[in-house]
Amino acid sequence: MNPENREPLLQPALKLHIPEPSARPGSAPDFTHLSFAAAGAVRRPQVSETARQMQDLAFDLIRVLDDTGKAVGPWRPDISAERLKHGLRAMLLTRAFDERLLVSQRQGKTSFYMQCTGEEAVAVAQAAALDSTDMLFPTYRQQGLLIARGWSLVDMMCQVFSNSHDRMKGRQLPVFYSSKDANFFSISGNLGTQFSQAVGWAMASAYKRDHRIASAWIGDGATAEGDFHYALTSAAVYRAPIILNVVNNQWAISSYQGIAGGDEATFAARGIGYGIPALRVDGNDFLAVYAVTRWAAERARTNLGPTLVELVTYRAAPHSTSDDPSKYRPSNESASWPLGDPVERLKKHLIHENAWSEEAHVALDQEVKEEVRVAAKEAESYGTLGKGPKPDRSTIFEDVFKEMPWHLRQQRDELESEQ
Amino acid sequence: MTTMNMAQALNSAMDTMLARDPNVVIFGEDVGYFGGVFRCTADLQQKHGVDRVFDTPVAEGGILAMAVGMGVYGLRPVAEIQFADYIYPAIDQLVSEAARLRYRSGGEFSAPLTVRAPSGGGIFGGQTHSQSPEALFTHVCGLKTVIPSNPYDAKGLLISAIEDDDPVVFFEPKRLYNGPFDGHHERPVQPWAKYPASEVPEGYYSVPLGKAAIVRRGSDVTVVAYGTMVHVAVAAAEMTGIDAEVIDLRTLVPLDIDTIVASVKKTGRCVIVHEATRTSGFGAELSALIQENCFYHLESKIERVTGWDTPYPLAFEWDYFPGPDRVAKALRRTMEP
Repeated sequence: MNPENREPLLQPALKLHIPEPSARPGSAPDFTHLSFAAAGAVRRPQVSETARQMQDLAFDLIRVLDDTGKAVGPWRPDISAERLKHGLRAMLLTRAFDERLLVSQRQGKTSFYMQCTGEEAVAVAQAAALDSTDMLFPTYRQQGLLIARGWSLVDMMCQVFSNSHDRMKGRQLPVFYSSKDANFFSISGNLGTQFSQAVGWAMASAYKRDHRIASAWIGDGATAEGDFHYALTSAAVYRAPIILNVVNNQWAISSYQGIAGGDEATFAARGIGYGIPALRVDGNDFLAVYAVTRWAAERARTNLGPTLVELVTYRAAPHSTSDDPSKYRPSNESASWPLGDPVERLKKHLIHENAWSEEAHVALDQEVKEEVRVAAKEAESYGTLGKGPKPDRSTIFEDVFKEMPWHLRQQRDELESEQ
Repeated sequence: MTTMNMAQALNSAMDTMLARDPNVVIFGEDVGYFGGVFRCTADLQQKHGVDRVFDTPVAEGGILAMAVGMGVYGLRPVAEIQFADYIYPAIDQLVSEAARLRYRSGGEFSAPLTVRAPSGGGIFGGQTHSQSPEALFTHVCGLKTVIPSNPYDAKGLLISAIEDDDPVVFFEPKRLYNGPFDGHHERPVQPWAKYPASEVPEGYYSVPLGKAAIVRRGSDVTVVAYGTMVHVAVAAAEMTGIDAEVIDLRTLVPLDIDTIVASVKKTGRCVIVHEATRTSGFGAELSALIQENCFYHLESKIERVTGWDTPYPLAFEWDYFPGPDRVAKALRRTMEP
């Protein structure tokens, strides 16, 4: 119809909604939208409760550590000070590892790096809560899983440097680790694919009457991918023994969580529609993350099926070394994050429990930095992307197939004939 | 030996492998209790159990993601995509994941899955139940692509695909499930029982991947075909009286280049036939390879007979389908002095 001929309408015209974050560069950080109850206030349901019975947990925020560092409430886990100190060490080691490799990237020893600063408790506390034989399907920001499992820092660095000792033979983007021996699945750059694959792995474990469970991670941004939906659907249908973790670190490169759908509901709330019990947890609270992961693992191990866990945290570092967050978020937003820093909070707790001290913390920080320094020296002795040595170039034709077919042999010979 | 049509032969391959290897599991839309819309998994759930042959949600991306995860665990998953036309939502899991996993993990992880999907036209399926998308997959390094043309090969090739440690895409020309089809759609349907290739061993045997078959010996011209078009090519040779050598590729990747080159060097002429659309179709790759390997032996230009570069139009099925008349014309063209 011609607009001039149209009857005057009483309703206002339609308006397209484009979500915007609460603050941009130049304005003050604003996290007033993130409301949560005091530590210890959220109930701890029986693992047998249904998604419908425990809907409230998908909107609340489970917290254990209060502002004084005291562990409070029904989610306070049964974990020794020794194991917590082990976790603190793994978080500090992860942070030192990130700091060192960030410098290495600037020195041209690798082309690319991704830090997990501020999110260390997600990977480290979850690794502590799982068995070492459980299978991990991580994103690129859970390097803390490998470090907490005691994997070789040198081996990880060799991957980042694409050097002669890189088990991925210089094929993968730096930080896209893979470790079958650590039950750590090969990281993909196509976001979300591991989430749905992990369900297949968990189904296989159940089919074989195994005891191992799977745990998968996805970022808030990638929950919009089809693979998130595939994963939740098949995990619910086949009651797969899996923990499905959404790491909500507020930012997907420059898109805030509202673009991924986080303004209209929590990411945990997605689980309810699939009939999957869902928990929302303070991702910077080591004890809460540990307790929630143990709860979800118990469900998986007792054939009660999947659990969706939203870990609320903040990506303190840029997305990657190719990113500049000052272009899209207030520069002091990280410092204003209301859930604090996971290392500081666990340290405060251990001091509160008389199991730790400022002096011990400084000494530990020095110790892990030295460990990283020594590892980096060794890894660099095997080569760096900038200076080599790299694996032999003829290896690029290997592992495309188990047996190399004629056309790849022909292409390998062609490359080898080049000077 | 038992007389089987192609659907029964495929069923027998899966039955054999389920009995032979406890790590084989089979799943897809409607494949469980019902036995599949083309009956290829009929009675397998009843025989082997619901946890070995089961239904999935209508989510092709989810089905192949599951298959990748199961493969990583150590199973040998066989996933059915109900029609090849439905495979596109699963492209990311096949191309970026299954096909690249061994490479990207330095050989640590792999996805030894088999994807079965009915492909091709001839059953009035319209554009969403008739496609032949094999060239999309032959272009992906790390995938093997297999297309059988008869019951004996179908069973032997499917067993090889399931046993293969790399991901295999296995397209089943759906027009061949019940009988061979040479493109003479006006003639009565012939059941497989009248043909020797329907004599299929009941137990285990395999037909190796990467080996073509010469289905008709000849000396005038080489016809390279696969799937339904093998039967069309043989019919066209009979129509023209031209002594064509017809090669059934059986596997597109890895390709049996030696059989093709030896034949074309002998005949000096070549016609490539496929039902899929022409531009960037697998025929283009074949043509390039034959030109590279047989240039000085060629006595005429290489001909391609293919589906048109249009979607598969329902009411114009036989205008689209590259039938024996079209192949016969190409054979005559290539024989012109």
